[in-house]
Amino acid sequence: MFELLMQLESVHPELLLVVTAMALLMLGAFQREEVGPLASWIAILTLAVAAVMVARFGDQTIELSGGAYIVDGFGRFLKILVLGGAAVTLLMSLDYFREAGILKFEYPVLVLLATTGMMAMISAGDLITLYLGLEMQSLALYVIAAFRRNSLRSSEAGLKYFVLGALSSGMLLYGASLIYGFTGSTHFREIAAAVSAPGAGSSIGIIFGLVFLIAGLAFKVAAVPFHMWVPDVYEGAPTPVTAFFAAAPKIAAMALFIRTMQEAFPGIEAQWQQIVVFLAIASMLLGAFGAIGQHNIKRLMAYSSIGHVGYALVGLAAASPEGTSGVLVYLAIYLVMTLGTFAAILSMRRADVMVEEIDELSGLARTNLPMAALLAILLFSLAGIPPMAGFFAKFYVFLPAIKEGLYGLAVIGVVASVIGAYYYLRIVKIMFFDEPAEAFQPAPGSLRAVLVLAGLIVFPIYAVFPGPLVSAAEAAAKSLF
Amino acid sequence: MVTNWPILSTVTFLPLLGAVLIMLTVRGDDKDARRNARWTAIWTTLITFGVSLAIWWDFDQTNPGFQFVERHDWIGSSIAYKLGVDGISMLFIILTTFLMPLCILASWEAIETRVKEYMIAFLVLETLMLGVFSALDLLLFYLFFEGGLIPMFLIIGIWGGKRRVYASFKFFLYTLLGSVLMLLALMAMYWQAGTTDIETLLKPGTFPAAMQTWLWLAFFASFAVKMPMWPVHTWLPDAHVEAPTAGSVILAGILLKMGGYGFLRFSIPMFPVASEALAPLVFALSVIAIIYTSLVALAQEDVKKLIAYSSVAHMGFVTMGVFTITVQGLQGGIFQMLSHGLVSAALFLCVGIVYDRMHTREIAAYGGLVERMPIYAFCFMVFTMANVGLPGTSGFVGEFLTLIGAFRVNSWVAFLATTGVILSAAYALWLYRRMIFGKLERASLKSIADMNLREIVVMAPLVILTILFGFWPAPLLDPTAAAVTKLIADYETGLQLAKAATLAMAP
Repeated sequence: MFELLMQLESVHPELLLVVTAMALLMLGAFQREEVGPLASWIAILTLAVAAVMVARFGDQTIELSGGAYIVDGFGRFLKILVLGGAAVTLLMSLDYFREAGILKFEYPVLVLLATTGMMAMISAGDLITLYLGLEMQSLALYVIAAFRRNSLRSSEAGLKYFVLGALSSGMLLYGASLIYGFTGSTHFREIAAAVSAPGAGSSIGIIFGLVFLIAGLAFKVAAVPFHMWVPDVYEGAPTPVTAFFAAAPKIAAMALFIRTMQEAFPGIEAQWQQIVVFLAIASMLLGAFGAIGQHNIKRLMAYSSIGHVGYALVGLAAASPEGTSGVLVYLAIYLVMTLGTFAAILSMRRADVMVEEIDELSGLARTNLPMAALLAILLFSLAGIPPMAGFFAKFYVFLPAIKEGLYGLAVIGVVASVIGAYYYLRIVKIMFFDEPAEAFQPAPGSLRAVLVLAGLIVFPIYAVFPGPLVSAAEAAAKSLF
Repeated sequence: MVTNWPILSTVTFLPLLGAVLIMLTVRGDDKDARRNARWTAIWTTLITFGVSLAIWWDFDQTNPGFQFVERHDWIGSSIAYKLGVDGISMLFIILTTFLMPLCILASWEAIETRVKEYMIAFLVLETLMLGVFSALDLLLFYLFFEGGLIPMFLIIGIWGGKRRVYASFKFFLYTLLGSVLMLLALMAMYWQAGTTDIETLLKPGTFPAAMQTWLWLAFFASFAVKMPMWPVHTWLPDAHVEAPTAGSVILAGILLKMGGYGFLRFSIPMFPVASEALAPLVFALSVIAIIYTSLVALAQEDVKKLIAYSSVAHMGFVTMGVFTITVQGLQGGIFQMLSHGLVSAALFLCVGIVYDRMHTREIAAYGGLVERMPIYAFCFMVFTMANVGLPGTSGFVGEFLTLIGAFRVNSWVAFLATTGVILSAAYALWLYRRMIFGKLERASLKSIADMNLREIVVMAPLVILTILFGFWPAPLLDPTAAAVTKLIADYETGLQLAKAATLAMAP
């Protein structure tokens, strides 16, 4: 009895999110007047409370349903990131949706449900849980991509996301069924035991299933060559939704990727390592080259995010505790940089109209120096230039890669980061070197707060105190090994 | 004075403090704001220089190890915030703090737009440069080394000339590409030694011979670009030409020295086997740099470009001297870097003075300046002579010592490098003749004014020091002696350990 209570307690944050989402749904359905703002604030508060609950839950590992749902240090670290990312993007969306006249209660509800799905993904210890979490997340995301339903671009983004997402889910399921067929279980631990058995590792059926499973996962993290949906969806979706896409789901999908590889297939590392190395190289290079020609800043951020997935995968490719903790550090810093950058993008408004062209930032350093300086810090950080936090992020994923002897991957990665630096520099150039354009209208306080906070964390706070995040990530990664 | 006062941190972060002060207190871009920014910057740099002199004063010349060491845990226990100086790095810190006030003064009237941002960029740059020379942790070093790109990128890009955007991108990406390979080498070193503490890494025999070549090449990629060595020097002329005067001064005076400092601090003592094996490569590149870029300098029509190419040639002497791994060569290389820091900085300041008046850098646009600008002509002459390496100027001592060192190792290298001295006389004297002598014919030059008091204040210390160190080089040579001796001893031990290891491996 006590054990059951304990187990339930470990999923209280998830339960809280689901119950709140239902309650908000009721509230929206039965209340006559518009409850969008109220629902949004309740959702933000719920996400924050859930994050605190996750953080307070000691450091024991608890397995529910015989290990299908795992609550451990690794999951806690990532759940806090996801909850934080969701809460902040929700906060940043308030003004945008109010201006657009679509501050509906459905949006926070969908975000809450998507976040619940993400938490299930992070905790998945079984192929079934994996799929359930993934679909719960994805279905909510398809809808909010098309949330601005009167806009053709937004609807197109939602549809594209849905069709391609469904395709990837299909591949993932196909892979999962093959793995089940050849190992006799959907449970990660039993799969691990089966593939580690002598002779089983090279079984063509398992490899085949693994490839399809990885293809599906690569789709969700948007790694090349399964990235095609990203630029269109990022560009088409309403900007706060894009910010949400770039922050939370990416982290959850990455967590899922890591846990699946490390818990279900530790015995055949050599098999999946080469696939991950390929995904990493292709993503880093495509992210770097693809972004060069972009004019729309959201599209540019899409390519940038593809590149960043590539760097995070470098840590996974190392297939070691150091590599996993490197990915965790990377994701945490990436989250902060992304939130800050999108806060700046959302502040690009003139006469109540959002502008998205990079050239609109022209001469920002003259019209709004603090915003230009903070955005420049974030961009240098995204490019991985020290002493910004982004440099440490790259440092911690390449460090394990070097240890494992993946020199080719590391060299290609750092060269790609130099190529990638070009397009970040181009934005800095436009902001600082070019003639000033008309000033943006003053940004709402929430956006300014996020931008300032993210900028200051990236530099100088993280450079001075890098220790806590690194040791937290190391502790979190331990629970997988 | 308190003995364990963290003086290196103080010197390193004082400029940053000044930058923050400007950021917080100076508002707007009116006349008062500009004046406040300028005065805050000049006082910050002067105080920094004053405090840094205490380092020189308290420096123990007989101690070959690191002094004024500070250490705080930073990332875990293996990567630390650790500062310290030895005979090799100490004088570079003084050089940096010395040149900074001159840069601010030189920009006093030349920079009229966005003065506040300009001063902040310079002060931040100063902190980063000082950090490079005082860092005793490899990752911390890398942080400062790379971080310096950001303010310099902005300085060239915002306040530069016509092709500033091209030059700033080229500068940034070129040097970044070189450095990222060093970053990977740094990681390999971390896994080998378990720490990034430079003092620990400097212990002979830390890195096996097989690993050394790769690490050496990775570090070489970074330092050769920074130095810059032929054939990866092409970013330098562009960056120099487009940068504002003070930017060129810092580039030539300090940033180029980081490459040479890197060779001395890392490549030679940490990878002795590779240094010995690859020294011929360095000699070849150095000799090519000396002869080829001197010839290129002869053909230039832009004053700044000419001086930029002459910088590449002079850095060739440094790399040549340093890789002879003799006392003369090493001390000469360090001296040459310090002397070049003064002379090339002064030459760029000289160009800046006429550029501020005429707004052109074409040599053909000048001529006969001596008639209107006698003080200027005198200063320019001193630095031209120092650039040529005339005995009695600081330029001579460095070139002479490096050539002696080279002669002991390989007389052909010394012979070929000496032709560079002749060529440098050719381009420098010819430049002087074309600009200063001849008839003052152009109408626009008829009313040109001589140096004003501010410019004289900037030039005077440089003139005095250039001549002083030419006659009395001891203040710059003595502090380096002990550290250089230790460097050579470590290098020899490293070689012997590697030999012993190969013998032990053999059946």
